[in-house]
Amino acid sequence: MTASSRQISTRHLLGIKDLTEDDIQLIFETAGNFKDVLNRPIKKVPSLRDITIANVFFENSTRTRLSFELAEKRLSADVVNFAASSSSVSKGETLIDTVNNILAMKVDMIVMRHPYPGAGVFLSRHVDAQLVNAGDGAHEHPTQALLDAFSIRERYGDVAGRKIAIIGDILHSRVALSNILCLRKLGAEVMVCGPTTLIPKYISSLGVKVTYNLLEALQWCDVANMLRIQLERQDIAYFPSLREYSMLYGLNKQLLDSLDKEITIMHPGPINRGVEITTDVADSHHSIILDQVENGVAIRMAVLYLLAGKRG
Amino acid sequence: MKRSVLLEGQKFQITIQRLCHQLVENHADFSDSVVIGIQPRGIYLGRRIVDELKQIQGITSVPYGELDITFFRDDFRRKDSGPLVPSSTSIDFIVEGKKVILMDDVLWTGRTIRAAMDALQAFGRPAKIELLVLVDRRFSRQLPIEPDYIGIQVDSIDSQKVAVSWKEVDTHDRIILLTEKAS
Repeated sequence: MTASSRQISTRHLLGIKDLTEDDIQLIFETAGNFKDVLNRPIKKVPSLRDITIANVFFENSTRTRLSFELAEKRLSADVVNFAASSSSVSKGETLIDTVNNILAMKVDMIVMRHPYPGAGVFLSRHVDAQLVNAGDGAHEHPTQALLDAFSIRERYGDVAGRKIAIIGDILHSRVALSNILCLRKLGAEVMVCGPTTLIPKYISSLGVKVTYNLLEALQWCDVANMLRIQLERQDIAYFPSLREYSMLYGLNKQLLDSLDKEITIMHPGPINRGVEITTDVADSHHSIILDQVENGVAIRMAVLYLLAGKRG
Repeated sequence: MKRSVLLEGQKFQITIQRLCHQLVENHADFSDSVVIGIQPRGIYLGRRIVDELKQIQGITSVPYGELDITFFRDDFRRKDSGPLVPSSTSIDFIVEGKKVILMDDVLWTGRTIRAAMDALQAFGRPAKIELLVLVDRRFSRQLPIEPDYIGIQVDSIDSQKVAVSWKEVDTHDRIILLTEKAS
């Protein structure tokens, strides 16, 4: 009867920016418990059986959407899915109207992905539901950062003091921003690496090191998080060709073998094999890419469970 | 806050030993039975009972696990304090076809035990579930749940609290009844 109770400090999960270090640790501890649940023969708990969650995706997604849906189902929530491509959004409905119509059908929580940065923050001011940001443009992707940090913690025991290099298209990547914020809050050192055109000018104000040389980043880091080139967000050419990018910033076996230490390779997916990472590296024992995916469900269960506890 | 001691010292130990002997009457050498302590406070009772059982002749091993029931509670979100933080579950056997003895320190409304029976289903279908509690707060049940083995019975009102401390974690073995002083 005397179970201790701690709370997450926010009502929505819009970005890592709003979380405290305690919040992140609480999410990790809860995710650890859910990971145990996921390894049982019956992978389901009834915690959210009175909650209905809408997954509202205005942008394509496989992993994140599937991961959220599984997390919701394993918490026994009712789930509805909404994809913008097959909806009235194409008939000219506004974001607030779309979401309010969904809420009128008695939905309690919204998991949203949107191509515009800040869409979640905007919506949270105008609708009466709890929001979880599943990626907003090039802004934040908080659950991805949490599961990345959780995977690092699982591999090394602690995130504090670890050196993590984020390599690739930093400019267009929401994963990069959320990861930097999350890792810095947990006391890790972060370096970003990529072509000059794909590194934001003022990124060092976030407390990260910057390099334009892949080998330097790899020699410095314990963990390399390889990002995809986000061609769909690039309206101009930032580098001459994918082939050239791959030669200068692609991670391959020879490069990895030339290092005098073992590093861990991460990738948030989707992987473009042969561009930012070669097949033999992605499938090697250095890679924890599939552990990240596995941890994603546990992290999302923890986030939804803790947010549901903030309901009146 | 008024504190009255209900049980401590040697009498506490005698009660634990009596419970062990009652268990042996029904479960003999524990070859078909498992003990499960309910997190967070029932685990100290479970561990103590298992240790004592091993002192009794003829019992070499007692399968023991700890069960967290946080995600199965029906009062999640109904407390002012927000969600309950889970403890860990460690059950490294399946309970299929076994006689399970659930253990918790205090039985009050019965809701914890309902949640525990729910949570236990993930580990198989037991042949039988029994309940052992150190303190039974009589006449306060909200569900039709009654214990099979009882340390002591207490008559109490809702505003009172029963606290069990264990020498392993709280320096003394003691059961205390806490009463809010009328102002």
